[in-house]
Amino acid sequence: MTILIFTVLLLAGAFIAGLLGSLTGLGGGFVIIPLLTIVFKVDIHYAIGTSLISVIATSSGAAAAYVKEGITNMRMGMFLELATTIGAITGAFLSTYVSPSFIAIIFGSVLIFSAITSLIKKDDPIETNHKSALAKKLRLNSSFPTKTGGQFYTVTNVGGGFFVMNIAGILSGLLGIGSGALKVIAMDNIMRIPFKVSTTTSNFMIGVTAAASAGIYLKRGYIDPGLSMPVVLGVLLGAFFGSKILVAVKSSVLRIVFALVIFLLAIEMIYNGLTHQI
Amino acid sequence: MKPGKTKFGDKKLEIWMGNMLRYGVLISGLFVLTGAVIYLVQHGSEKPVYQLFSGEPLRFTNLKLIIENAWRGQARSIIQLGLLLLIATPIARIIFSIVGFLMEKDYLYVIITTTVLAIIIASLLL
Repeated sequence: MTILIFTVLLLAGAFIAGLLGSLTGLGGGFVIIPLLTIVFKVDIHYAIGTSLISVIATSSGAAAAYVKEGITNMRMGMFLELATTIGAITGAFLSTYVSPSFIAIIFGSVLIFSAITSLIKKDDPIETNHKSALAKKLRLNSSFPTKTGGQFYTVTNVGGGFFVMNIAGILSGLLGIGSGALKVIAMDNIMRIPFKVSTTTSNFMIGVTAAASAGIYLKRGYIDPGLSMPVVLGVLLGAFFGSKILVAVKSSVLRIVFALVIFLLAIEMIYNGLTHQI
Repeated sequence: MKPGKTKFGDKKLEIWMGNMLRYGVLISGLFVLTGAVIYLVQHGSEKPVYQLFSGEPLRFTNLKLIIENAWRGQARSIIQLGLLLLIATPIARIIFSIVGFLMEKDYLYVIITTTVLAIIIASLLL
C-alpha cells in the first residue's frame, strides 16, 4: 500500500466518521481511534493524537453555528472549562504512565457506556425554579430561543456538574476523545438543564478541552502530519455534509445503527487490550 | 437604540466568537489542504510507516522549526502549521471572550476565563 492509497482510504473512513458523528450527535472522534488502531494497525499513541485534532476541528466548526443561534450557554461552558482543562492536562500526563493495552480497555468501556446512553431516551427537563445560590452568583441561569420565543431555565447542583466535568476532561486527555456523552450527562442529568442547551454547550467546550491536551501531545510527537491530514479533512467534510442533510435523515434509526457499530468496535478494542494486541 | 450604537452585550460576543471559530477552522483547513497536495505529489508513492510508535522528529514538534520549514515550502511542515492553527482556534476564542467580558464589565468571568487561558498556556509550557 502506498501513501496515496493509504491517504485516500483514511480520508474516506474519516468522512464517514464525521458524517455519522454529526448526524447522531456523538462526534467523530469516537470512530477515529478504532478505525486507526484496528483497521489501519496504527499505533495507539498516534491514534490518540490524531483523534484529538479531529475533535477540535469538528467542535469548532459546529460551535460556530450554535453560538450564533444563541442556544449555547457561554458562561456555563466557560465556567466548566475550568474543570475540563485541568482534567485534560491530568489525563495527558497520565497517558505516559498507563500501558496502551490498559488505555484500549478503558476506551472500549467508555465507548460501550456512550453507546448505551445515546440509546436511552432522555427526559427533557426545563426547570425554572431552582434556587441555587452558586448558579445565581455565576449567572448560569439563562434562556434559549424556541419557536415561541425565549425559554428561561435554571441550573442546579453546580458542584456535582463540575466534578463530573473534571472526569470528562481526564478521559478526554487520556483517550483523545471529546467525552461529549459524559459532558451531556453532567449538564443534562446532574445540573438539570434543557437537552438542546447541554448538547450545544458540551460541543462548545470540547474544542478548549481538547486544545489543552493537544498541545502536550504535539510536543511529545504524537501528532503526525501525514496521518492527521486525511483525518482532519475527512472529518470536517463529513461533519459539514452531515449538517446539510440532517433534516432529511431519520436520526432515530441511524442512532441505533451507530450505537451497534460503536458497541462492536468497543468489544474489539477491549479484546485487543486484554490479549495485549494493542 | 440604533444598531451599531447598542451597548456591547452577550449577543455581540456570541457573533464575534462564531465568526472567529469559523474562520479559524477555514484557514487551518486551507493550510492542511495546501500541504496535503504538495505532500502527495512528492511522497504519494512511498510506503506509510505507522505500526510502531517512534515519536515525531523535532521539526514536527518545535514551534519555531515548524514555522521555518513551512515557510520554505516543506509539505508536512505546512500541514503541521495548519494543525497548530487548529489547536490555536479555541485558545483564540478564550482570548476573545476575555476581551468581551471586560467590555461587559463582567469581572467574575474575566477572572474565570483568564484562569482557563492560564491553564492552557501552562500545558504548552510544561
